[in-house]
Amino acid sequence: MSTDTRKSSTESEVSGLDYEETELKLGLPGGSRIGGSEPERKRGFAETVDLSLGGETCATDLGDRSTDSSDGPVSGAGRPPAAKAQVVGWPPVRSFRKNALKSCTYVKVAVDGAPYLRKVDLEMYGGYQQLLTALEDMFSCFTVRNKRLVDPVNGTEYVPTYEDKDGDWMLVGDVPWKMFVASCKRLRLMKSSEAVDLAPRTPQGSTNTK
Amino acid sequence: MRGERSDMSEDEDGGRGGAGGGDGAGDGGTDTPVPFSDQVLENVLENVLQFLSSPQDRNAASLVCLPWYRAEAQTRRELFIGNCYAVSPRRATERFRRIRAVVLKGKPRFADFNLVPNNWGAHFQPWVSAMAAAYPWLEKLCLKRMSVADSDLSLLAHSFPNFKELSLICCEGFSTAGLAVIAEKCRHLRVLDLIEDYLEGEEDETVDWVSRFPETTTSLESLGFDCVGSAVNFEALEALVARSPALRRLRVNHHVSVEQLCRLMARAPQLTHLGTGSFGSAAAPLLQGGGCSVVDLARTFAAFKSLVCLSGFRDVAPHCLPAIYPVCANLTSLNFSFANITAEELKPVIRHCHNLQNFWVLDAVRDEGLQAVAATCKDLRELRVFPLDPTEDSEGFVSNVGLVAISQGCRKLRSILYFCQQMTNAAVVTMSKNCQDLVVFRLCIMGRRRPDHRTGEPMDEGFGAIVKNCKKLRRLAISGLLTDKAFAYIGKYGKLVRTLSVAFAGDTDLGLRYVLEGCTQLQKLEIRDSPFGDSALLSGLHRYYNMRFVWMSSCKLSLRGCKEVAQRLPRLVVEVIRDRDEDDDDEGVQKLYMYRSLAGSRNDAPSFVEIL
Repeated sequence: MSTDTRKSSTESEVSGLDYEETELKLGLPGGSRIGGSEPERKRGFAETVDLSLGGETCATDLGDRSTDSSDGPVSGAGRPPAAKAQVVGWPPVRSFRKNALKSCTYVKVAVDGAPYLRKVDLEMYGGYQQLLTALEDMFSCFTVRNKRLVDPVNGTEYVPTYEDKDGDWMLVGDVPWKMFVASCKRLRLMKSSEAVDLAPRTPQGSTNTK
Repeated sequence: MRGERSDMSEDEDGGRGGAGGGDGAGDGGTDTPVPFSDQVLENVLENVLQFLSSPQDRNAASLVCLPWYRAEAQTRRELFIGNCYAVSPRRATERFRRIRAVVLKGKPRFADFNLVPNNWGAHFQPWVSAMAAAYPWLEKLCLKRMSVADSDLSLLAHSFPNFKELSLICCEGFSTAGLAVIAEKCRHLRVLDLIEDYLEGEEDETVDWVSRFPETTTSLESLGFDCVGSAVNFEALEALVARSPALRRLRVNHHVSVEQLCRLMARAPQLTHLGTGSFGSAAAPLLQGGGCSVVDLARTFAAFKSLVCLSGFRDVAPHCLPAIYPVCANLTSLNFSFANITAEELKPVIRHCHNLQNFWVLDAVRDEGLQAVAATCKDLRELRVFPLDPTEDSEGFVSNVGLVAISQGCRKLRSILYFCQQMTNAAVVTMSKNCQDLVVFRLCIMGRRRPDHRTGEPMDEGFGAIVKNCKKLRRLAISGLLTDKAFAYIGKYGKLVRTLSVAFAGDTDLGLRYVLEGCTQLQKLEIRDSPFGDSALLSGLHRYYNMRFVWMSSCKLSLRGCKEVAQRLPRLVVEVIRDRDEDDDDEGVQKLYMYRSLAGSRNDAPSFVEIL
């Protein structure tokens, strides 16, 4: 739950959960998946569904994990990245407030050609690789290949893109992860044939293909 | 009505006023016919007593003698039940027959932080059933931390034809369906305030409750639904506002965009309190087509001559903020606690707010933002600084610097809630000297057991100075690294303290002993994760009947100790609450909640609650 604002290279040390570095990498699909992160993705998704039940589900999720107030390291996989074991109800901030302030990291995910939207909480992920694998999981028809999502049935490639705070459409992966989380308004898996005009980080070159 | 001044002594005559209508042996019986002269006396008494409004005064009057007890019971119009389990609904409604307004509180405050499992209790149902029969002329109801079902709201709506005001604070269990019944059936409704409630079924089909208000002109004065997670029918809302000429307070939820807000405001320039919803645009950024511009927005605000309270700003677009400049000078209350803005964005706003008395803000504004507050808001009475990132290891945005600045600039401060990562004793001492009017001091150092970051010492001296110098202090929340010494100070100087919140503090049983022996006005004690055991608990036996409740979780209590308390104090309900995965045979008590009660053990306790 903590948004670590220190340099991303220290994140894996801080989180203690041995995540992939948040620096973007070309990695083999599936190779990045750690046993520990799987239930976490699922929880992330579950949380998106359950979130609006007044936050109580999320809260009791946290409540289930630990009433132990000791400072021991996190033992269970499936806890969001944290430097320290989070204790139930501490700091004493009401769930209503936590959820209200937290919701800004939820973004909608659209897929070209699919009639439905999903939502993800970007704070649940430590980096791009995790996000991609989460998307892969969510839209289970895709597999990750070369940072792109591919529909193996017809070989169509989808490029993950996002709309940032300024309204520009960018390729996912161009900016450091933290900056991405802070500026991403929504995600769109665009067919790569349509994404040719999207140049990384050049606003004038980006096309709002909405 | 606090009513906690009753001693629950074994006094026979005249009964006792007490928290939630404690009843005496006399029981207000009216079996024997009353002589004429006494009847006259009672009538006179009633005529006089009806002018008594303060519950403490009423409780005192009821203790004088039986006629006074009866007269008081007949003339009481407002019933305050600080703990719904302290008295049974039947007993309360039998004693007080002419109640028009009820305040009812349920769960302990730590329930807000998920320390109380779901379904623990505090059900509104038995109360609404009893009141439906006893108080047909009920007009006002305020519930806090109660479990309220849609069926309860329906019963309410159907039972009280003159019902006018409903406030639900930190409640749960109801949905938009319940709201719809209220809107439809309570034709004289003036107030519907939903404050930090958890509604059920927000993802499912929600009911369009706003459309259910009467189609004619309504008597609505206050409508607040900023905690409702689902969007309301905006056209219906706009029409409702248009036909509610008495409307003074409107708090919308974050689904209402700033463009929509503009339209609502145009309908209700007489508003005194406005919750602005998202204050962000549905389409970003604001100035592009379809929305009203910042200039239009400012003009709309400028028309609000009576506005004194602003809140909302859930997704505030910072460039919209200048729109509120025209009203800042009149504001007495500003809630920016959901607005993620920087010091630079705050300064131009706060600079205009000379009359501000209440200010809630996020620590995102940093010490610099607080300095700006201190520079302008000389009349500030209440300040709350909430954490943008409520975790222990987040970056600390505010510090001792901000606290000192506030103490220097806002000398009239009465109430402060301050979240930070670390603090110094010196800053707290400074505040204790500068702000002598402090009644509420709640400092939450989010890092558990953090010492003074400059000296490395415990925070004992800082809190000690607060209790010593702030002679009006009634509510205190402590944090950081604290030894028994801090508690010694609190016990010695905190003579007016009524509410004390303790977390991760203290060394030995002595700490708790100091407080129980020294704080003679203590009513509410909530402790978590502190090393206090049975002997400390037992040292407070003389206090517990004079308190509303004691909560202790993750301390060092055992079943044996708690059982002894239960045995020694028969009118105390001692609840041991177990989490799901706890071992039943465990001798240790994880969660203790105990409270005085005239009702005995409650019959609605779930399986994870053991009443000793």
